[in-house]
Amino acid sequence: MLTYLAKRLGMMIPLLIGITFISFLIMHLAPGSPTDLATDLNPKMSEIAKERLTKLYGLDKPLPVQYWNWLKRLTVLDFGRSFAPDGLPVLNKIATRLPVTVTINVLSLMLVFILAVPIGVYSATHRGSAFDQATTVFVFVGFATPTFWLALLCMILFGVQLGWLPISGIKSLNHDQLSWLGQLLDYARHLTLPVILSAFTSLAGMSRYMRGNMLEVIRQDYITTARAKGLPERQVIYSHAMRNAMMPVITILGLSVPGLIGGSVIFESIFAIPGMGKLFYDSVMARDYPVVMGGLVIGAVLTLLGNLLADLGYALTDPRVRTS
Amino acid sequence: MHRFWLITALLALVLAPSAALAADYGGTIVVGTIGDATSMIPMITSDSASHEMSDLVYNGLLKYDKNLNLVGALAQSWTVSPDGLTITFKIRQGVRWQDGKPYTAHDAVFNWRFMVDPKTPTPYSGDYLKVKKAWAPDDYTFVVQYSEPFAPGLASWTLVQMPRHLLEGKDVRSSPLNKHPLGTGPYKFVRWDTGARVVLKYNPDYWEGRPYLDQVTYRVIPDMATMFLELKAGGLDEMGLTALQYRRQTNNEHFKKHFKKYNYLSSNYVYLGYNLKDPRFADRRVRQALSYAIDKKEIIKGVLLGLGQICTGPLKPGTYWYNPKVARFDYNPAKAKALLAAADWKDSDGDGVLDKNGRPFEFTILTNQGNAYRANTGVIIQQRLAQIGVRVKLRTVEWAAFINEFVNKGRFEALILGWTMPPDPDLFDVWHSSKAKPGQLNFTYYKNPELDQLLVAARRTFDRAQRKAYLDKAQEIIAQDQPYTFLYVPDALPIVAARFQGIEPAPAGISYNFIRWWVPKALQIPALTR
Repeated sequence: MLTYLAKRLGMMIPLLIGITFISFLIMHLAPGSPTDLATDLNPKMSEIAKERLTKLYGLDKPLPVQYWNWLKRLTVLDFGRSFAPDGLPVLNKIATRLPVTVTINVLSLMLVFILAVPIGVYSATHRGSAFDQATTVFVFVGFATPTFWLALLCMILFGVQLGWLPISGIKSLNHDQLSWLGQLLDYARHLTLPVILSAFTSLAGMSRYMRGNMLEVIRQDYITTARAKGLPERQVIYSHAMRNAMMPVITILGLSVPGLIGGSVIFESIFAIPGMGKLFYDSVMARDYPVVMGGLVIGAVLTLLGNLLADLGYALTDPRVRTS
Repeated sequence: MHRFWLITALLALVLAPSAALAADYGGTIVVGTIGDATSMIPMITSDSASHEMSDLVYNGLLKYDKNLNLVGALAQSWTVSPDGLTITFKIRQGVRWQDGKPYTAHDAVFNWRFMVDPKTPTPYSGDYLKVKKAWAPDDYTFVVQYSEPFAPGLASWTLVQMPRHLLEGKDVRSSPLNKHPLGTGPYKFVRWDTGARVVLKYNPDYWEGRPYLDQVTYRVIPDMATMFLELKAGGLDEMGLTALQYRRQTNNEHFKKHFKKYNYLSSNYVYLGYNLKDPRFADRRVRQALSYAIDKKEIIKGVLLGLGQICTGPLKPGTYWYNPKVARFDYNPAKAKALLAAADWKDSDGDGVLDKNGRPFEFTILTNQGNAYRANTGVIIQQRLAQIGVRVKLRTVEWAAFINEFVNKGRFEALILGWTMPPDPDLFDVWHSSKAKPGQLNFTYYKNPELDQLLVAARRTFDRAQRKAYLDKAQEIIAQDQPYTFLYVPDALPIVAARFQGIEPAPAGISYNFIRWWVPKALQIPALTR
């Protein structure tokens, strides 16, 4: 088992280097450079200034040299400083954006699972019922609805008309004057709409997936056996069938771990949430190479780790994987 | 970018102490903005959000008053030597940095050094590199010397003043001032939640007098629709409206009761530029014909919903420097056809498209992605030009690629783009033939020796009337040559909650007297909870 782990870890290193190399290349091949945007179409910004900026950022060196320097710094976990005028270290920038994105993603993922599993199980066991048909309609609507549009409608209803929930941002202007409990409540009120809406589309898909798995499992022989043994239907469904039906769903859960740090630009823009999606998007648009590369590396590491954990999981359960 | 100049002007007050008699201190304002700031040191940033959010913290030596004339700020007065080579600023006494240290001429010298230091990542160094020498003979005199007279140099001293005692000898990119600015301005910096908001608090010792409003909060809301909903729900006091929001969505009772809309000419224009290296566009008659064939009134009506003015040249209408008596190209398709016929463009094969030597007249108009106004303008132009037998294709390209691959390399036939109109009327960088090189700003390769001479002459004189005479002639030449079809100058459309008093729209906009805006005591509600 240990050799297997060592082998897998060893394989990750060239993979990681490959990923960084390709992302570095693609980013630098994209037309435009960080200095273009600073020298936007304003007659007062001069050409000399542009040359200077190019030099300051080290962009005058050949690409392989730039990549090598970047890689060297990376080995000591130095992601460098952002090209944006604030010049903050890349890790700082990511660290300020990460908590809110992870919070929203975890909450919405939890919401999806809490709702999707019972909905899926119920519509599978009551196939063809009014509830099943209603959820089918709901699923189609959920898939087809553009979230940004739904978000605006919810804002109009709950924010403007009813005034129940705040429209955008993650905290109120007077947040700092609130008590500990008040601050928590304030966050909760701000996060309600974003979390529910970002769960909405995945909920539709996930409940359908759960239903499909469940239907398949119910047809298996061991379910028939369980029923033949005279077990109560409740126990057949919840302890024999559901556990097995959950397996693929849990795999999906594992795969969504790297997705937890990624945010959606459209979503974050609409709700004015300062998260990872917006940071990453703005960095790409501004050709802020250090931030983009930093984000890509962290994402790549998480993906590789996620894959590793999944593989280890398989190896633990299936001896054949270990020996091959 | 134009907002930068407006906001620079905003530090103005000059104004009426009479209004001060009735005004109440206190109250807060929440302003919506699309983008977050990138740094609080304005001279190293090029985005409007950074300038807007930090400029209340700083002052320049000079500033623009409500009519966009240069007046003293931290410099009480200035004199230009008769040979135009030396400018001497008399620095205002008794001004203090927000940490209590006095502001002196040595700070001004430092700021010049800061701008020309190769280690400073500023896009604005150009004007300051022309200064040969700058020094402070005493604490309250600041002298700059140029190697040749450079009239636009004066306006460059609206440069915001950074504190020397905190910045000298330090690396600007890792300076704490990036995140926590300190200046001499009317507001002190409080906090900046990245991507969310910037909070400023009044400076009680401000040298122009304490500003009325206690607190200014800028809220970053990247989506225009969300911002508008926040405004409607009372979460914002001020934002810039789109033409559609101004015309169609803010005329109900709610808005009439709680808000006031303003409408004045903004400082940028949109044009259709031709690549003059293309032999078809090298012919002036062709350019004039296309200008006649495009109905600017129709574009303003259709695209801006009437909220803008026809543009006739590169200087801002209504200002001192603008020459209204230039050639105008009002919609006239008959004249357009006649001019094209004179240039040998005829529909010889009867397919509805003009041709010459067997080649049909068709070209592609490029514009940048994400600007619906420009894309729509393109559609209207396409349809009008089709009517005189010119076939146009439209293409939109992402901004960085657009600038880098097409504009800088001269790989375009025509493009729709905009320029800012800074209050200083220097036209050199965009229109002089020496700037017609790859990567420079005269990317349409327009060259006119007579214009070149006028632009240089205008740069060398500090005499306003003389400078205007040169620029008037320059505007006439540009209008006659039509290297661009000048399209429109859009209106700025701010909306402000009705409780704010003392707002007086002027050519400089509404923010120039921001520190004199006030709210009656009874309406000073505590900061909204949402």
